Amino acid sequence: MKPAIQSANDPVSAAASRFSATPFVRRKLRFESIARWLFFLMAAAMIVPLLWLLGHLVMGAAPSLSLNFLLDPPIKGMKEGGIWPALVGTIYLVVMALALSAPVGVLAAVYLNEYARDNWFHRAINMAVINLAGVPSIVHALFGLGAFVYAAQFGYSILSAALTLAIMTMPVVITSTREALAAVPRSFREACWNVGATRWQTIKAVVLPNSISGILTGIILEVSRTAGETAPIMFTGAVFFKAVERGDLFPYQLTDQCMALSLHLFALSTQVPGVSESTQYATAVVLLGVVLLMNATSIVLRIFLRSRMKW
Amino acid sequence: MNSPNRNPAAGNRRPSRPAWAVFGERALEWIIWCCGISAIVFVLAIFYFVFKEAAPVLFSKNFSLVQFLFSPEWYPTSVSNVRYGILALIVGTACVSGLAIVLAVPFSLGAAVYISEFCGPKTKETLKVVIELLAAIPSVVWGFIGLTVTSKIVQQWTGAPVGVNILNGGIILALMCVPIITSIAEDALKAVPETYREAALALGATRWQMVHRVLLPAAKNGLLAAVLLGVGRAVGETMAVLMATGHAVNIPHSLLDSVRTLTANIAAELGEAPVHSEHYRVLFMTGVLLFIITFVVNLTADLVIRGIRKK
Repeated sequence: MKPAIQSANDPVSAAASRFSATPFVRRKLRFESIARWLFFLMAAAMIVPLLWLLGHLVMGAAPSLSLNFLLDPPIKGMKEGGIWPALVGTIYLVVMALALSAPVGVLAAVYLNEYARDNWFHRAINMAVINLAGVPSIVHALFGLGAFVYAAQFGYSILSAALTLAIMTMPVVITSTREALAAVPRSFREACWNVGATRWQTIKAVVLPNSISGILTGIILEVSRTAGETAPIMFTGAVFFKAVERGDLFPYQLTDQCMALSLHLFALSTQVPGVSESTQYATAVVLLGVVLLMNATSIVLRIFLRSRMKW
Repeated sequence: MNSPNRNPAAGNRRPSRPAWAVFGERALEWIIWCCGISAIVFVLAIFYFVFKEAAPVLFSKNFSLVQFLFSPEWYPTSVSNVRYGILALIVGTACVSGLAIVLAVPFSLGAAVYISEFCGPKTKETLKVVIELLAAIPSVVWGFIGLTVTSKIVQQWTGAPVGVNILNGGIILALMCVPIITSIAEDALKAVPETYREAALALGATRWQMVHRVLLPAAKNGLLAAVLLGVGRAVGETMAVLMATGHAVNIPHSLLDSVRTLTANIAAELGEAPVHSEHYRVLFMTGVLLFIITFVVNLTADLVIRGIRKK
């Protein structure tokens, strides 16, 4: 404080010292910058492994990746060849699961957001959705085995596996659709009600058209989730190997078992000895590529739509 | 209602729609209601079917609930003396998920604080996209990474005899949990009213002081819920731990021992257990236990979140 008193006659330096940082302020600013850097490093710690792993996988896969790898069936006890049957199997499973769960999921979200009142029943449904999302995937597999394979007697089939996947991934659709519906302003609905429309007419004419893009985003997310799941299909309908011609688009019946990309990766890396490393890596990269592509599509779509939103 | 009717011909008849339209709408709303409660139905069905398959073993002479929960001896296929004790598996699950949470929580909370308080809008968008992509990577790909990439690194750095051990599994699981915990924690921070921040900053607090004196206490419950949901995810994860933790059923003594978790045990043995045998039913019983654990964890997280909403 001594210099401040000495320079009291000099207005410039007095102002400078009055506003210059005291040790207390300097200390707290130092903490501030330390904290900022620390948090930055923690956030960066997420990006680095992601990029590094992606790079590592793609580098490892490079020797095997080609169009033939996608179109060929595996040969020589799955040690060589491509992944075509697994790719088609995954498409079958995803399309089936989507057809089963997306309508139910969207309508469930419509019920929760548009019809349900805030009471214990509504809360119970909410809790059920959260729990359905939290049930371990292997328990879903047990459920699929008990319910669809044995109780409903669908056997080990694409149908059983798709049903299991559908139930497992439904919360994804419900949650994202609810968000999309909730983003439509209430005033839109009120305007529609005021001209005499019923609840369903309002939903059909106002709410769904204004949220369809958000719903679509959720469905794409569900596709990505479904494509990557392994445990639920392992015991309900997916097999390690199934002979399929190169490029055959319709190799499976609904009651057949099928190969799947995720299970194929599991088989190659743990069950089959002597698979070349690059084949394993390439399978992982294709699976990862499918999933991340789907997610990226949904993210881009969402950003694009948000920029166009009028309210 | 005091104005005279302008169209006397219409009398007091209300404008009405054709009966089929009214009926159709009723039917549709009934379908929507059915979809709405489907989540509850599915959760109950999962418990029912898994428990139904497991229940007969409760009355078997080889099985006692006390032995099941507290004995580390898992010899399901022994001819002379069958023993079903899953203590080693429970300990394995606890070790791997515990380590994962310990590794993941500081990073995710730090990243959440950085995303919500310290960075600009552009960085924020980028980081959120990264989180979403990280969360989308399928668990079988994480397992593959654990098996081929990180296990070698772990082996090199620690000199462990096998690379697939608790440490390896913990690292992989931590990477899987980080995006979930981060995004939920970020939501919790976002839910703190802007006025809290403004009040703190107006008093001359730096951002760091604002974060640790105001923000963290205010968002305490939401952050706790985020961690709990991370725990739920870690406990229920199947494929990644199946591939990354080794396959030894024993009570671990150090971080470098191989273990087996509850989920991995089901995935590994369900294929070999004869259908409706005792071994098969015990595996379903493990599923019931897992269901109950995740149910309780999710319920607690939900109650904690609801706690903040009430305030």
